[in-house]
This record gives sequence, structure tokens and C-alpha cells, in this order.
Amino acid sequence: MAAISRDEVAHLARLSRLAVTDQELDLFAGQLDVILQAVARVGEVVAEDIPPTSHSVPLVNVLRDDVAAPCLTPAEALAGAPDPFEGRFRVPRILEEDQ
Amino acid sequence: MIRETAASLGARIASGDLSSVQATQAHLDRIAEVDGRVHAFLHVDAEGALEAAAAVDARLARGEQLGPLAGVPIAVKDVIATKGVPTTAGSKILEGWRPPYDATLTTRLRDAGLVILGKTNMDEFAMGSSTEYSAYGPTYNPWDLTRIPGGSGGGSAAALAAFEAPLSIGTDTGGSIRQPGAVTGTVGAKPTYGGTSRYGLIAFSSSLDTPGPCARTVEDTALLHAVIAGHDPMDSTSIPQPVPDVVGAARRGAAGDLSGVRIGLVREFTGEGAEPGVMAAFRDTVESLTKLGAEIVEVSCPHFLYALPAYYLIAPSECSSNLARFDGVRFGLRVGDDGSHSLEEVMSVTREAGFGPEVKRRIIVGTYALSSGYYDAYYGQAQKVRTLITRDFTAAFEQVDVIVSPTTPFVAFPLGSRTSDPYQMYLADLYTIPTNLYGGPGISVPCGLSEGLPVGLQIMAPTMADDRMYRVGAAVESVVGTLTPPAL
Repeated sequence: MAAISRDEVAHLARLSRLAVTDQELDLFAGQLDVILQAVARVGEVVAEDIPPTSHSVPLVNVLRDDVAAPCLTPAEALAGAPDPFEGRFRVPRILEEDQ
Repeated sequence: MIRETAASLGARIASGDLSSVQATQAHLDRIAEVDGRVHAFLHVDAEGALEAAAAVDARLARGEQLGPLAGVPIAVKDVIATKGVPTTAGSKILEGWRPPYDATLTTRLRDAGLVILGKTNMDEFAMGSSTEYSAYGPTYNPWDLTRIPGGSGGGSAAALAAFEAPLSIGTDTGGSIRQPGAVTGTVGAKPTYGGTSRYGLIAFSSSLDTPGPCARTVEDTALLHAVIAGHDPMDSTSIPQPVPDVVGAARRGAAGDLSGVRIGLVREFTGEGAEPGVMAAFRDTVESLTKLGAEIVEVSCPHFLYALPAYYLIAPSECSSNLARFDGVRFGLRVGDDGSHSLEEVMSVTREAGFGPEVKRRIIVGTYALSSGYYDAYYGQAQKVRTLITRDFTAAFEQVDVIVSPTTPFVAFPLGSRTSDPYQMYLADLYTIPTNLYGGPGISVPCGLSEGLPVGLQIMAPTMADDRMYRVGAAVESVVGTLTPPAL
């Protein structure tokens, strides 16, 4: 049985903000099915009472001293922006006129 | 000069026998001569390198005491931020981006007087084992230009094997330093996670990404390790402890005495799926280590065989989150912003145009593994397996000082032979992944040839015991020697 369908891949691509083409969907659906069936092997390990590990370094609440230090200027921060405008990052409109 | 070790170049520069400008120019000339065929570099910064070299020469002329690698040229993987110098991570989505700041690692290289020649090719966002997923075309293995140089850091390894640089920087999330080292006959070390700073490293999988040193000898690798390692307040996962004496350990190991060292062989790594020639070179080398006084002990790590599936859930999950920042707003590519598309459409079209197929596959797998309904069975279960793998290592290191294995199951494969079947590509990481999940250090050292192509031996050590792998690595090198590819 397939682990994932073409429609599910399309849904996940939408969630991931990837405007994939039909050809990519055809290709990925098969490949992702192979990958997911292989990685599902983690389920064979009985680990109900095992705590999860998210990270190998057991450090928590790491803070630096609160000391003022030089940082990027607005011009530097905007230097790589695709559409800088008056010291800001300009993006396509997200609100309609009457909102 | 281009065949000299970094240690030798550094000593000659310090003594005034050679200038950094001369050393830098010689490597720039070599790049001009061979990189059209090897394609190890995405960007060569000749002007910046010669300026930096002249500055080091001036400092030395004034009598300043600099470190042992001052004036030595180095190549840096294109995933590390270098101020004002293009940094693409091998992706079209960052084409032309020039970081406004230096990574901590870059700063440490500059402070130690190393001269950055340029940025090396890599699989896009460090996802791959062959450098074929670079958006800028593959790198070719100097041993055989029809074969892959490993990945993701194929450019950093190929630059060493082709004598374009004596040192390079890589990053290792699942084997991206060690596997390229193995298949190009060079040395590559993944330090303990948290031993080297991630500040300014473009993130792929934050709980696994580890920058590290690459060179042609174990001693050179250790010298570079000492330059880049150590606590960094800019990285909250950086370990606030002294760096182990890796250089001293490498020199001790080079003397060829391993008496009292217990070396573990993993029972579950039976060699199934590995090429016979790789296993033969590995076993011969292990046998020779017993003659240096090492004791070989079989250890059981029953969960190592689940490391690959766990990794290919954890890494894509973290990547799907990390790569959300590439949305065409603050840096990089923006496509489709013609007034007729919504913000969300612009993001989707930008990411579609800017990312290559492997990055898209991993983002989709990660989104799947993290989605409600699948989270417990996939991501949650993978994290539990990570705990069990860590316990396997902890138990094994009660019996042995280091664990050895082949670095990768196969020698450099022909370009194009695994790209259509992504899972076949993933198998290249079979032996390297466990230590990433655990967080300990690992090094790949050349251990012989199979069918005329290099084989690597991997040495794994407990966290913050990076010195142990350098000692054993240098002992391996004392037996095997360094491997030199045929003339290009």
C-alpha cells in the first residue's frame, strides 16, 4: 500500500508554499512513497517509555550578558532585500482597500 | 608548493622563507589551471585573498606573533557567511546574495591569519551526498572526473584533492564532511556538536549541523580544528568548555603507538550493502592497528540500523522549518511580484523557482512528518530512536575509547547513477549518521584504495573527546600514508 498519495503530496506542497508543477507531483509522489515507507521503520523500535531527544547538548536558558554592541545599520540589513522601500521590506498587498 | 601541507606552509611563512602572497598566488594559479575541470569553487575571491595575504605579510614583517596557520590559504564551503563575498548555499534562491556580516567561523579564520581563496560548491542547502544537487552544476572527483566527489561538501573535498587549497571548511549534518573526505582520499572531521559555532552558518538541521575542518593530513586537520573550535556566545548551543588538545593528540598518534587504546567494532555493521573492496580496505587497516598496540573489541549498538530512517525524519523536519525563512521578503530571489499575485502566491512561486528537487522533497517530507496525525508516528518516534542511539554510544564507550567503521559503504560512484532514486543516495550516510544523532565527533581518514578509488575509515569518539579520534586517525595515517590522485 502506498504511504502517500499524489493528492496528499499536492496538499503538503501547498502547506509548504511550493507551487509545484504537475510533472513534479508525478515524480515526487512515487519518490516520497519510497522514502516514507523506508523511514517508517522507526516504528519497529519499541520505545513507548523512552523520552525523546530533540538535541544532544543539555544546555537550557542560555543567555548572553545584556551589553550594547554594534549591529547592522538599516542600510546593511536591507542590502540583500529584493524590494526595499524607505527603510523597510516592501511586500505585495495583503489587505484590500476597504480593510 | 601546492602539494605542501598547511603546517609546512605556515612554518615557512612564519620564518620568512615564503610570503603569504606567494602561497596564495600559487593556489590561485592552480585554481585557474584546473577548476574548469573540477568545479570545486562557486566563487573565487582572488582580489580579496591577495589583499588578505598582503596584510598577513605586513603583520609578520612588523614582528607580530600569529598562529601556526597564519598566511595559509583556505577554501570555505558556500554555506558559511562571508561578509561582502557571495554566499549561495548552492541554491538559486540566494544567487548573488552577499552577507552583511561574517560567521563566527569566518572571523576566527581571519583573526588567525588564514587567507580565504573563495567559496566551494555543495549540494543545495547541504542536502545530498554527491554535490549533484548544487544549482550551479556538480563538482567532479579529481581521482576520476566522471565520478562524484561526495556531498554535500564535495567542493571542499575536491579542492584539497586537486591541490587547489591545502585546507578547507565543511559542515556535517549527516556525513557531509566525512563522506566527501572518504571518496576523495582526504581527511575530514566533524567535531563534537556544539564544539564549533553555528553563528553565520545557513541552517539546514539545527540540532545536527556541525562545521568542521578538512585537509590532506590529520595534523593539518587538527591545526584547523584548533583555530575554529571553542565557545561562542553568539550560538546558544555552543559548549562552554575548553577545546580538547587535538593537535597534541594528532602528533602523539603519528608516532604510531596505540598501546592501551581500545577500539570498538560495531557488531551490527556487518558490511551488508557495502562494497567488498571497501570492507577489505577497512578490515586490513583495523588489523594493522593491532600491530600498533590497539586492542579490538566488538561492541553492540542495536539501534544504529535505525539511525538512517530516524535521521531522514528529523533532518527534513528541521529543514522544513528552517527553510521557511526563504520567502522572498528580506533577502534572495523574489518571483511573480507583478501586482497581480498575492503575497502568498509570490512566496509559493518564488520558492518553486528558487529551490531544487531534493530541497523540495525534504521540505515536503518534513511537513508531512510534523503534521498532526503523523507527528507521533514519525517525528516523535524518530526522537525516541535518537535517545536509544545515544544510549548505545554511551554503553559502547564504557567498553572502548573509540569506535571505527568504514566512512561510507561505497567508493565514489559515477555521476548521475543515483539521482533518480533519492533513497539510494541516502544510503551513502549509513555509517556517518549515528554520531550526528548522538552529537559526538567523527573523522574520516584514508585507509586504502578499492578499484583504484579511495576508501575512508571513520573514527567516532565520545562527546568532547575529539582528541581521541585525532590520535587514532594519525596512527592510521602513519600506517596507510596519504593518498595522491593521478595527475589532472
